[in-house]
Amino acid sequence: MDKKNKWKAWLYLAPVLILMAVFTFYPIISTFIASFLKDYNNVTGENSGFTFYNYQYVLGLAERYEGSGVFFKEFFSLNPAEHSAFWNTMFITFVTVPISVVLSLAIAILIHSIKPLKKIFQTVFFMPYVTNVIAVGMVFSLLFSQFGVWNRIFGLSTAWLADNSATWGGVMFVLCLYIIWSALPYKILIFLSGFEGIDRQYYEAAKIDGAGRFKTTMKVTIPLISPQILYITVTSFIGAFKEYSSVVGLINRSYSSDQNVQDLYTVVYWIYDQMSKGDWNTTSQFADAAAMILLFVILIFTLIELWVSKKKVVYR
Amino acid sequence: MKQAYITTTLRLVPPSCKTKKKKENTSENLAMIEKNQKIKKIVGLVFVYAFLAFFALIVLFPFYYMIVASFMTQQEAYQGALFPELSSVFENIAYNYSNTFERLDFMSHVGTTLIVAVATTILQLLTTILAAYAFARLEFRGRDVLFIFFLTTMMVPGELLAIANYTTMANLGFINKSQTYGEALFVMIVPLIASSFYIYLLRQNFKQIPNELYLASKVDGKSDWTFLWKVMAPLSSPTLITIAILSFISSWNSYVWPNRSVTKPEFQVISVIIRTGSLTVQDEMGNWVTMLPWQMTASVLTVVPLLLLFIIFRKYIMSGTGRSGIKG
Repeated sequence: MDKKNKWKAWLYLAPVLILMAVFTFYPIISTFIASFLKDYNNVTGENSGFTFYNYQYVLGLAERYEGSGVFFKEFFSLNPAEHSAFWNTMFITFVTVPISVVLSLAIAILIHSIKPLKKIFQTVFFMPYVTNVIAVGMVFSLLFSQFGVWNRIFGLSTAWLADNSATWGGVMFVLCLYIIWSALPYKILIFLSGFEGIDRQYYEAAKIDGAGRFKTTMKVTIPLISPQILYITVTSFIGAFKEYSSVVGLINRSYSSDQNVQDLYTVVYWIYDQMSKGDWNTTSQFADAAAMILLFVILIFTLIELWVSKKKVVYR
Repeated sequence: MKQAYITTTLRLVPPSCKTKKKKENTSENLAMIEKNQKIKKIVGLVFVYAFLAFFALIVLFPFYYMIVASFMTQQEAYQGALFPELSSVFENIAYNYSNTFERLDFMSHVGTTLIVAVATTILQLLTTILAAYAFARLEFRGRDVLFIFFLTTMMVPGELLAIANYTTMANLGFINKSQTYGEALFVMIVPLIASSFYIYLLRQNFKQIPNELYLASKVDGKSDWTFLWKVMAPLSSPTLITIAILSFISSWNSYVWPNRSVTKPEFQVISVIIRTGSLTVQDEMGNWVTMLPWQMTASVLTVVPLLLLFIIFRKYIMSGTGRSGIKG
């Protein structure tokens, strides 16, 4: 390469680098710093120095006003009865991830095993991926309205959503169903493309060995796509931890009749909700702390993925 | 490949097995076994298709219901009818669709959404092509370190970026109560242009193009710039189409960022307006009730264009998503 190319390369990179510097790199640094500043004002930049208070406050370990005795439980509390953003998110994560991974794996295996209609099933099961989360969320809320289709089919009269008698459990049930519904297509697609990468030899060998269909699946197919399973599980955990739009689509702000009360926070919902509040300029550091906690959780999951994939997963 | 096949065959038929088989393999037994296996296979297939069909129905049902509910009267939608009364369907369609268009001022929001989606897609393609070319073909100090750094940023949640970008945009004066239409567009488009994932996707594609082509064009005296636009870009057109479609779909669906950063409802994109726009009427008792068929009509108008795109570009969307590292 001649020398001329060296500065030319930076010219090619310039648009992306400038945009990333302002809208990606700077936010990471500024969020990190602001999450450790006390009484930070994001317009003037004024603050009263380094502190862990923002984290303590968000995690419910410190009072908002000294001596008030009131601890903040909206974001983090391990008491299920308090329905904190963190607890709701954990609940969603540990219900939807295992179910959707197992179900999508089963569907993918079955789609892979058939010949006629294979393309059609592939397409149908991918459809929920190319939709609008908000719009379909509204459809689900209609399906689960008090006199809606779901209650009619099962002969129920439960008020699932948007009613004063709606319960946390009922809303969670519908929300988890909706999240699983929308989480299936991506996973099925990844599993199917994983199956396509498996060498036919393995199947022929298993056939000669006299292994039945079930045994072949358990002993050949699943071990061979374990990288995809691991990848899907980790990204699902991260995705479920960032659940937000589905809640808005389904219930907007509230599952009671009063749409001005927010009563089903998730971690990300809580963070976004702070932005629309009047005192954002002086309280953004709490959202910053919450976002850093989110980043930390994602980092841990990613590291687990890297660590496990080195140790346990069968690579071809 | 063939060799491996032979070795496994040999290993898998031990002598003990052969003798056992000889005893059982009378012709009668063989026929029975074959018949049993056939029945087993058919039962299995029926089960497989039934399972898949059942879940396919569950997957499709919300789409079906969204469309038919937009053909219903309020009464029918409220009572959870599975299909509308046929005699009044056309009347309902005219009523629901005209009211939804009018109430939400739908076309102006579609206009805004299209401007944002098309502009974001074009700018994203341009910047991605340039950056991917630099990473794939040009040599400069720190290239690999910078590329790994780009990849790491994919892990950072968009929520974290949104907080700081909101503050940045507000402090620059783009987000305020007296926001102009131009400012609203600027805020919705610019922060989302640079995408490390698309750069990664295209760079992998550029890398596969043989170096000989590059050297040949150098011999011809062509510049890097001409080579990029006359050779690289056309050769990578499937990936470019994939990026364009995925980028367009995600801006068509964007909800979070516009909802926060655009202060005037009349400048909002459709995802926001279908959730926050007013689709209520006053009933005889004077209560405001949400018109369910109108809500479903709004959903149809948002989702159907996407489904059409999906049908046309199915191959590109599925291949692009299959290669993706991160969803959304």
